Amino acid sequence: MCAVYHKYLRLDHLPHIWCPGCGNGIVMGAFIRAMEDLKYDQNEVVVVSGIGCSGRISGYLDFNTLHTTHGRALAFATGIKAAEPRLKIFVFMGDGDATAIGGNHLIHACRRNIDMTAIIINNCTFGMTGGQFSPMTPKGKKASTAPYGTVERNFDIPALAQAAGATLVARVGIYQVNLLRELIVKASHHKGFALLEVISQCPVNYGRRNQMGDPAEMLEDQKGIIKSAGLGQGLENYFGQIFQSEQPEFIEEYNKMIVQAQKKGGCDV
Amino acid sequence: MVKPKLMQGNECCALGALAAGVRFFAGYPITPSTEIAEIFSKELPKLGGVFMQMEDEIASLAAVIGASLTGKKAITATSGPGFSLMQENLGFAAVAEVPCVIVNVMRLGPSTGMPTLPAQSDVMQARWGTHGDHSVIALAPSSVKEAFCLTVRAVNLAERYRVPVVLLMDEVIGHLRERVVFQPDEKVVQWERKQCLNPKSSQPFEETADGIPPFFSFGGEYRHHVTGLVHDESGFPTSQREGISRLIRRLHYKITQHLSDIVQVEEFFVDDADVLIIAYGSTARSAQAAVVRAREEGKKAGLLRLITLWPFPEKEVSTAAVNKKAVIVPEMNMGQLALEVARVLPDKNLLFPINRVDGELVTPDEILSVMGRIY
Ligand SMILES: Cc1ncc(C[n+]2csc(CCOP(=O)(O)OP(=O)(O)O)c2C)c(N)n1
Repeated sequence: MCAVYHKYLRLDHLPHIWCPGCGNGIVMGAFIRAMEDLKYDQNEVVVVSGIGCSGRISGYLDFNTLHTTHGRALAFATGIKAAEPRLKIFVFMGDGDATAIGGNHLIHACRRNIDMTAIIINNCTFGMTGGQFSPMTPKGKKASTAPYGTVERNFDIPALAQAAGATLVARVGIYQVNLLRELIVKASHHKGFALLEVISQCPVNYGRRNQMGDPAEMLEDQKGIIKSAGLGQGLENYFGQIFQSEQPEFIEEYNKMIVQAQKKGGCDV
Repeated sequence: MVKPKLMQGNECCALGALAAGVRFFAGYPITPSTEIAEIFSKELPKLGGVFMQMEDEIASLAAVIGASLTGKKAITATSGPGFSLMQENLGFAAVAEVPCVIVNVMRLGPSTGMPTLPAQSDVMQARWGTHGDHSVIALAPSSVKEAFCLTVRAVNLAERYRVPVVLLMDEVIGHLRERVVFQPDEKVVQWERKQCLNPKSSQPFEETADGIPPFFSFGGEYRHHVTGLVHDESGFPTSQREGISRLIRRLHYKITQHLSDIVQVEEFFVDDADVLIIAYGSTARSAQAAVVRAREEGKKAGLLRLITLWPFPEKEVSTAAVNKKAVIVPEMNMGQLALEVARVLPDKNLLFPINRVDGELVTPDEILSVMGRIY
């Protein structure tokens, strides 16, 4: 293993719990390489995660790490950032975590435009609990709770996040590991709420039920989709950076308000 | 002469928190607690602190826990429905041992109930609302001044024991305005959480002699992992039977081992009383008035006022109940704390609950009329 991984992994807590062919390790690898680019002091970084297979990432990474409750990672992260703005915050969530139980926190973190990087690992299913359908399971796909195929539609995460006010939004395939690394760096340098959707694969609980072949075949399929996607085809087809804008960031605005409040005089106690 | 102030319970609660060193509030508005959020929104920015109005109560407690993990003293305030939403994260704070204070200004429930009417409806929710076994501390003020003092104490206990502390204030105390006197020499003592001094020799969830592990803060000198999963002393998940049981047991005994520091009650004519009233919150005020009037009539009544509701003052209640002919427990609920009192009484037939669930206070007359029937 090359030295960079040693530096950022808690080696005594490996091997990880993920199934063979899972995308979580690939995302974690790209994240570590991005950390190498960003060169932050590890003590100044907080990695927050939700509950699910993806939520386990926080335990393997050697930073300040917080494994929260299902769906609430962004709310915990908001408290950390607001209380200690100098810390760099990265939040990992599964698609169920972020868009089902945590959907409310997701849109409000976008709206607040609080400075942090959120990464949704979208494997189109509830991996940890055995492959139930999630708000990201495409219509018609099978799941343990959709034996005849889901009848519901899925969210378009980048469109949702952009509409809710996130100021950097991107979708990237897990196949595009180098782009993912670059986007994590870019997202972290961005002042405001940055959201990356990583389209991942769950061969065991999703691929198998939908005859999508082995993990390599799932990646090959993704490669095909990415190749055919491009600008002007609508958000759902576009991979890579989608949207970035400059908007007032929460902490900066809050600090301006503090200056105002302090001009008005001291506390009564 | 110190000039008395006319103050409100909710106001004193917020000011008490600030005096105790709280610099972070996250909450979601709900009657009858909203004044607390409003005061924080005004005062915290002046002190360079953070006020956040979150998207719901789940997020509020999550943000409070996040802030506390950076070493800040943090608080939230709500009422019954919001307190229910907080329960999952309250359990997280208990198992991850994150100091925080949750103020619950109780109103009549269940559900939306009577949002503006008082009740003492969440005594059991405070103890057992979250899933699993856990320790919790809950305090109940009976006056506006005490709302200040007990908020300070709630913050201090949370910091010292690394637990979520619930301040159970009923709507009467929350909205009551009364005369409050702060003496010029009155000092607010702040307790600080035990810090990790040497990471080489200590672990973030270590089993220390007093049961309380040293605190490692995010952004401090040492990195560590915090999880709601059962973890070993290093903080990482464990599935070893012995480790699981050791953590759950420690979460209990770090509280039960320190009852003399945590439990507070107040006695009013208890020693020679024949009839004992056990009450808390605003109900204790009516109980005290009833005792005064009973004594005027030559009846030996006494009051044991519970300041700490959880851990339940078992020893204090059973000692005070010795040789009493009757124990009256007035509550603005269907008999929640009465269940605990019954548990420790030598003879259950001594217990006379008075339950009021119409949004009105239990009056001294009601207590006296029950007393008249039994004594
Ligand atoms: C409040 C609550 N509800 C349900 C669960 C059970 N649960 C654990 S993980 C999970 C879904 C995980 O799916 P996802 O967020 O997509 O992450 P993945 O496991 O696929 O990485 C669920 C429903 C829970 N832990 N907490």
